[in-house]
Amino acid sequence: MTNVFDAFSGASTSLYGELPNPAEDAGFDGERPKRVGFFTDTSVCIGCKACEVACKEWNLVPDDGSDASDLYRLTGMSYDNTGDLGASTWRHVAFIEDVRPHSGASAATGDRASTATGVEVTTGHLPSALPAVSGGPVPGAPRDAATAPPDGGTVDLLALLPDDGASGATGNGAQGAHGQQTPDDERDVRWLMSSDVCKHCTHAGCLDNCPTGALFRTEFGTVVVQDDICNGCGYCVPSCPYGVIDVRESDGGAHKCTLCYDRLGSGLEPACAKACPTNSIQFGDLDELQATADARLAELHGRGVEEARLYGRDPDDGVGGDGAFFLLLDEPEVYGLPPDPIVTTRDLPEMWRNAALTALGLGVAAVASFWRARK
Amino acid sequence: MHSDCIVIEGSNMAEAHPVGFQWVMEAKRRGATVIHVDPRFTRTTAVADEHVPFRGGADIAFLGGLISYVLENELDFRDYVTAFTNAADIVDDDFTDSGDVDGLFSGYDPDTGHYDPASWALDGAYRAPAAGKRDAWESQMPDGPRPGADPMGHHEPRRDETLTHPRCVFQVLRRHYARYTPEAVARVCGMSVEQFLQVARSVTENSGRDRTTAWVYSVGWTHHTVGVQYIRAAAILQTLLGNMGRPGGGILALRGHASIQGSTDIPTLFDLLPGYLPMPSAHHETLADYIDADAAKTGFWGDMDAYTVSLLKAWWGDAATPENDFAFDWMPRITGDHGSYVTVKNQIDRKSFGYFLVGENPAVGHANGKMQRLGLANLEWLVVRDMQMIESASFWQNGPEIETGELRTEEIGTEVFFLPCANHTEKSGSFTQTQRLVQWRHEAVHPPGDSRSELHFYFHLGKRIREKLAGSTDERDRPLLELTWDYPTSGIHEEPDVVSVLAEINGADADGRPLSTYTELRADGSTTAGCWIYTGIFADGVNQADRRKPGSEQDLVAHEWGWAWPANRRVLYNRASADAEGRPWSERKKLVWWDEEQGRWVGHDVPDFEATKPPDYKPDPGATGPDALAGTDAFNMQSDGKAWLYAPSGLADGPLPTHYEPVESPVANLLHDQQDNPAREEMNRAWNRLNPSQSEVFPYVFLTYRLTEHHTAGGMSRTLGYLSELQPEFFCEVSPALARERGLEHMGWATLISARTAIEARVMVTERMKPLRIGDRTVHQIGLPYHWGSNGLSVGDPANDLLGVVMDPNVHIQESKVATCDIQPGRRPRGPALLEYVADYRRRAGVEPGGIQ
Repeated sequence: MTNVFDAFSGASTSLYGELPNPAEDAGFDGERPKRVGFFTDTSVCIGCKACEVACKEWNLVPDDGSDASDLYRLTGMSYDNTGDLGASTWRHVAFIEDVRPHSGASAATGDRASTATGVEVTTGHLPSALPAVSGGPVPGAPRDAATAPPDGGTVDLLALLPDDGASGATGNGAQGAHGQQTPDDERDVRWLMSSDVCKHCTHAGCLDNCPTGALFRTEFGTVVVQDDICNGCGYCVPSCPYGVIDVRESDGGAHKCTLCYDRLGSGLEPACAKACPTNSIQFGDLDELQATADARLAELHGRGVEEARLYGRDPDDGVGGDGAFFLLLDEPEVYGLPPDPIVTTRDLPEMWRNAALTALGLGVAAVASFWRARK
Repeated sequence: MHSDCIVIEGSNMAEAHPVGFQWVMEAKRRGATVIHVDPRFTRTTAVADEHVPFRGGADIAFLGGLISYVLENELDFRDYVTAFTNAADIVDDDFTDSGDVDGLFSGYDPDTGHYDPASWALDGAYRAPAAGKRDAWESQMPDGPRPGADPMGHHEPRRDETLTHPRCVFQVLRRHYARYTPEAVARVCGMSVEQFLQVARSVTENSGRDRTTAWVYSVGWTHHTVGVQYIRAAAILQTLLGNMGRPGGGILALRGHASIQGSTDIPTLFDLLPGYLPMPSAHHETLADYIDADAAKTGFWGDMDAYTVSLLKAWWGDAATPENDFAFDWMPRITGDHGSYVTVKNQIDRKSFGYFLVGENPAVGHANGKMQRLGLANLEWLVVRDMQMIESASFWQNGPEIETGELRTEEIGTEVFFLPCANHTEKSGSFTQTQRLVQWRHEAVHPPGDSRSELHFYFHLGKRIREKLAGSTDERDRPLLELTWDYPTSGIHEEPDVVSVLAEINGADADGRPLSTYTELRADGSTTAGCWIYTGIFADGVNQADRRKPGSEQDLVAHEWGWAWPANRRVLYNRASADAEGRPWSERKKLVWWDEEQGRWVGHDVPDFEATKPPDYKPDPGATGPDALAGTDAFNMQSDGKAWLYAPSGLADGPLPTHYEPVESPVANLLHDQQDNPAREEMNRAWNRLNPSQSEVFPYVFLTYRLTEHHTAGGMSRTLGYLSELQPEFFCEVSPALARERGLEHMGWATLISARTAIEARVMVTERMKPLRIGDRTVHQIGLPYHWGSNGLSVGDPANDLLGVVMDPNVHIQESKVATCDIQPGRRPRGPALLEYVADYRRRAGVEPGGIQ
């Protein structure tokens, strides 16, 4: 198993870059199972949240709001009331509502600028994913940052909207790019849903930065926290480039998706995948999932769904590829996902080397100064 | 899954039926076009290829427009239509169409608000309906059967196979819908002409020999004063397009709850016996009277005597003999509408004193919650069997009427018995789903504490009542004492053996051997069957519903997964999947066909036809029952074996669907003079006032519906943390334009007001709600999920309190999908001030005043 301290020795390169087999890298020998993961195809997600509930039921995760005083309150973020991945939400369904000019070829919109696929957003987003009232990371942050409230409070939706008829021209023209200038019936609504989860990165920053060894790489290539070892130091929290892992106030421990480690050992698929009615969440051997995803992407592109793309599929990305990857229908930022995640340990070897060189230099300087002093 | 196009209309399938929706997504993966026609942009819309936003309550206008589009452009599947429908039948010249005069059909009596259907008949023949008002001919007409209309139904109506006779059904249909042009439809529905034409093209291009389109609906269609006619309209369209009885076609009625299908098959409905046998009426003196009145003499309902006698034998065993008319006299009788709302009215009027609530929370889940709670408060006793303390059991303590002072706890005399019950994982039994597929489930854990299964409750209740009556010589006690009530039990709680109930439902022959199919049933008392359509579910003494061979190990029909009624047939009327000569319409859509060499019907599915009746079979004159049907009469439950484009009998509100506005509508009927369904059922009482149509005091439309995260009236979801956190508060969905018009703030409070009451909800401003342009005005629709009440972790006002009760005349279902209201920012008044607030609205709207009587 690699951690930051190994890096000092320079013996391992497994903190960054392509790594076909993280379990092997972690010391599992030849008899281990194949690396497993999730392929979440958001194009068939219906936002039922069965994954969230099944996950909590199986893993005995408490109510999301158990730590909060405002339990059972609407967040105002479309149909999302659990807000974000966290210590008590290991699967989270994001709901992204926005509006686009009418894609139909009606006379009223014929002169409006639009791309061939009619999906380019030329009016501002109506952010359904408003910032969480309880603070914390903003899921599904609006693409156009100008629509986010400066104080992190509630967005005044009405200010973003057009007035009816003639008054609309004056009232909203001043809002520039995100002023809605299309009358209500000429805008298409889009409602994206996506079930997010721990990515079980090839290079897992949380694991590599864990000082107690509570986080470990399993024989399935997944990343799991051991509750009885975790001391709640929280080093893992800023180490995750996706903002997944978090510390739960009630028990002080860090928690996240285990990919149902206890079920895998019994030959069962994870609870969320089992509960997903539309097969949006697919579980399996990672190489097979990748082949499935590639075929699905080609199929969608073949049907003209040009905006479809895979996220976390690329083993060359900043985390060495994800064990849980996605098919998205827009850019990752729209879903609140970082466009170019980089494992926080990428620069560690260099940093340690620099630190070592500095230390060496300082040592030499100190010796030199004594040398000179003795002179 | 085998559909090329799926139109979801009147249903939010992804949210309300997510598990069944997997097959829509599978069809989409295989290339099907999914169209969602709905007032709201929902999670179903989000994954559909096309969304057609429109005004709730305008479905018949939309479907009528599609019918007209098909007929005017001659896009009907003509070979199918001439082979399998009544398009060629000539309608009697007494009939006048609603299109001809002010929106009313001939036969309407404005004094009673009822139709006399005599003039709707076909020329030369009476056609007994297969469902609906079967004995209307007898009971609704004081003089009995009409002269010239032979109730034996032997006379063939005059027909014109060229479909050109001006009074043939095909031409009547064409004229009836002629005014439903794309432009007119677009105006009524609030959609663009192009949106309408796009659907019309998708549907017609995906229908025919080689392709099929399926239509999906749920309570978005049934909960209207013209709900039955909505479904009739879809049936006409799908029949014209040749989409019935074929793989990937059909009209899918999604049921609202696990095994609601089962609870109509073996019904909890007042007017049905198991297997859709009608409940006997008080005027049916003898079994023969009942059969004569209700059974068609031709088609498979011609064997209704065998189904009925077998049911009587299943219930009363050896005590049912030919000498005592198989104990028909012991069967309860109905005298009119004994539906839920009439029962509640009778409770309020102190004519009905006791009530069982089982899996039902009417204080939250039914229309006009105040009416429901007043009914409960006027009972002598109330039994509530539930897993949680629901609002219908605690109304006397914390109901809204306690807060307003309309009811006082100390004055409510209702004695409430709350009994804990087992949930579906805590008992064995069956679920029958939308597609008539019966699937068995096993008890996973024992029910906790004193919770018991329903079977346990009713079996032991029956046992105790029989013990109390034992020895009685009173004739009225005999039906209870003679019942076959001897199911074996096991365990310390004496749980009845549920499989023995299944065996009784299946039925047996004189030697007690399980029957294999309903055609083995006899009217001579030698067979039993608790529900004739389920006969075969226990064939060979094996629980066929418990089969779980994976689909991946079977062919496309997967007959060895569970069991579907009737006869494990997966597509009803599948004879229509082959042409008149019995050949598949196309290779791609072949399902069942005539094999000349074997001399029988064969195929992937169990043929829905007598196995050896050839396609060219012609019945003898005077033949009865199934023998009277020809080799092309695919719709064999119908007395004429035909799909009815025109329904000459069986309906209370006309032979053809006509667009009527909802009773509470913001706009005038743009298609007909008649504003709303003239035959609707109303209850004009102080606790059930209706908003006037087109009222400026109640200018907005509201729609009620469910969310995925909650279960109907909330007893099974608002009490659980994992579900409550997902949709924690009652909210209303409004468009940005309406928010601006009324000054509503996102996540602020709003008060919604109708002539019934005022409720409050958090505001969700969303672009998914769109204002519509209807005629010359803008119509705003407000969305209200109806799950909330006062009990549980997540609480809120019940949306259904806003609704009044006005009903469809065929099935007595309320119009709860569309009504009108006002909306204002801020919270509602508390206590008695709420009553004054609503009274003020009533005064301004010209609604009759009145509180609790």
